[in-house]
Amino acid sequence: MSFDKFGTVSFVSETKAADFINHLEAGEVAITRCNNCGTVYSPPKMDCSNCHSSDMEWLGVKGKGRLISYSTLHFAPSGFEDDLPYTVALAEFEEGIRVFGRLSKDIPQDEIKIDMELKLAPVMLPGDRISYQFEKA
Amino acid sequence: MSDVAIVGIGQSPFVRRCGTSIQELCFEAFKEAIEDAKISAKEIDASIICSAPEYDKQRTPSGVIAEYLGLNPMPTFYCETICSSSSTGLKVAWSLIKSGLHEVVAVIGFQKMSEISSSDVQERMGRGADIMWEAPFGTMMPAYYAMYARAHMHQYGTREEQLALVRVKNSKYGALNPKAAFRKELGLEDILNSRVIASPLKMFDCCANADGSSCIIVASKERAQRGGSVPVWVAGLGAASSSVNIARRDSLTGLSCAREAARQAYQMAGVGPEDIQVAEVHDCFTIAEIMAYEDLGFAKPGEGPRLIEEKQTYVGGRIPVNVDGGLLSKGHPIGATGGSQIRSMVSQLRGEAGEVQVEGAKIGLVHNIGGVGIYGNVTIFRR
Repeated sequence: MSFDKFGTVSFVSETKAADFINHLEAGEVAITRCNNCGTVYSPPKMDCSNCHSSDMEWLGVKGKGRLISYSTLHFAPSGFEDDLPYTVALAEFEEGIRVFGRLSKDIPQDEIKIDMELKLAPVMLPGDRISYQFEKA
Repeated sequence: MSDVAIVGIGQSPFVRRCGTSIQELCFEAFKEAIEDAKISAKEIDASIICSAPEYDKQRTPSGVIAEYLGLNPMPTFYCETICSSSSTGLKVAWSLIKSGLHEVVAVIGFQKMSEISSSDVQERMGRGADIMWEAPFGTMMPAYYAMYARAHMHQYGTREEQLALVRVKNSKYGALNPKAAFRKELGLEDILNSRVIASPLKMFDCCANADGSSCIIVASKERAQRGGSVPVWVAGLGAASSSVNIARRDSLTGLSCAREAARQAYQMAGVGPEDIQVAEVHDCFTIAEIMAYEDLGFAKPGEGPRLIEEKQTYVGGRIPVNVDGGLLSKGHPIGATGGSQIRSMVSQLRGEAGEVQVEGAKIGLVHNIGGVGIYGNVTIFRR
């Protein structure tokens, strides 16, 4: 599966980071780390913006995250109307790694609270598409 | 620092649907500005055209607009930092003049948003975020600022009512601004009862899309001093960028690019927040104005809501902010917004702001942000 299968709507089909999709299919949300200076990138970069090396390795985001902030959308940009309402969120995992994505619709609105524990899970979307979401840990 | 001045200002009315082409739209602001400056188009050495791409279909708009305004054969080019494009355009104009390359530069901002639907507008705005990693989730401007609002509320106890008070103020002043798109004064309940767009932001917490144009004529000291208008000097300029990806930001309770841009501008102008007598800030959403108070040093972190509650940002208060209606009530034709803020500021410092004049204002600040704090521009003006 290639990068243009990522998310509800994709805007990029070709990237050096296409392995991200392979990692999702294998069950993990992956980020990268520079083998030269150790800087970690979430979301992934295939070139280090710190030391400008291109020697990067993939790592899976492990463990539980903490919800930092979120918003539930009731109006959507074109192409996303069928998903409404949906909640975008930012969560922080170990070592200060932050991930942006959506909350699972299985989390009831009244249970969404900042600092709640979350875990990351790949998810299949209609039309043979793939993404990831935050689920209750 | 008084080498470069604003000598002419102009703006079209900001409206939901202008019914004109983009070049006709720019003509309105341009004509007003050259009449205000009492100069002819032939005296302009270069033009900088500022807007966000993809809302209308004209690729490379600067050539078409320069042709229509009678600005051929002088050099013209496009300048973009989304919502702060006009402020970046001013910074470039300042540099062209300071370097001695040109004497007079026109900074023309415009946006025509009415040719596409609101959903399509949000789709374009969503693609102002990282299209690889964030746009696939269905992001849009209100949702991002809503996350900032939620974080500010969590950290400082800020309440939705306090956000709404920003709109109460800006709607009062929008009602007094004949060029504003939204002329209705809103009460607290109107705002709190409006439909939720992206929680906790409701419709009236958000600025409306609009069509509009602005024009700022910038000139060298020599040219300004023999000109037909009262010059307003550019005393300080600051600009900075932040990570587009929200996952790489340190904090969701303020915009670091605004703080850094403000630091540079204050330093260059040799003033501090306490010296600013009137301000225009980027209130694309109510939370954005509250964060601006804090990022600019008008209030300590977390105390922005107190400033609006105490009415300190009304005319007569300690630091009047957005007394032209702000983006919230003027509307936000992206490329023209910075020019409109600058026009209001110049008007204040010339003493020509009429009913909303801040008495004796001599030093003012314009805070103009691109996207959710991707680009920060702060400019300080002095009479």
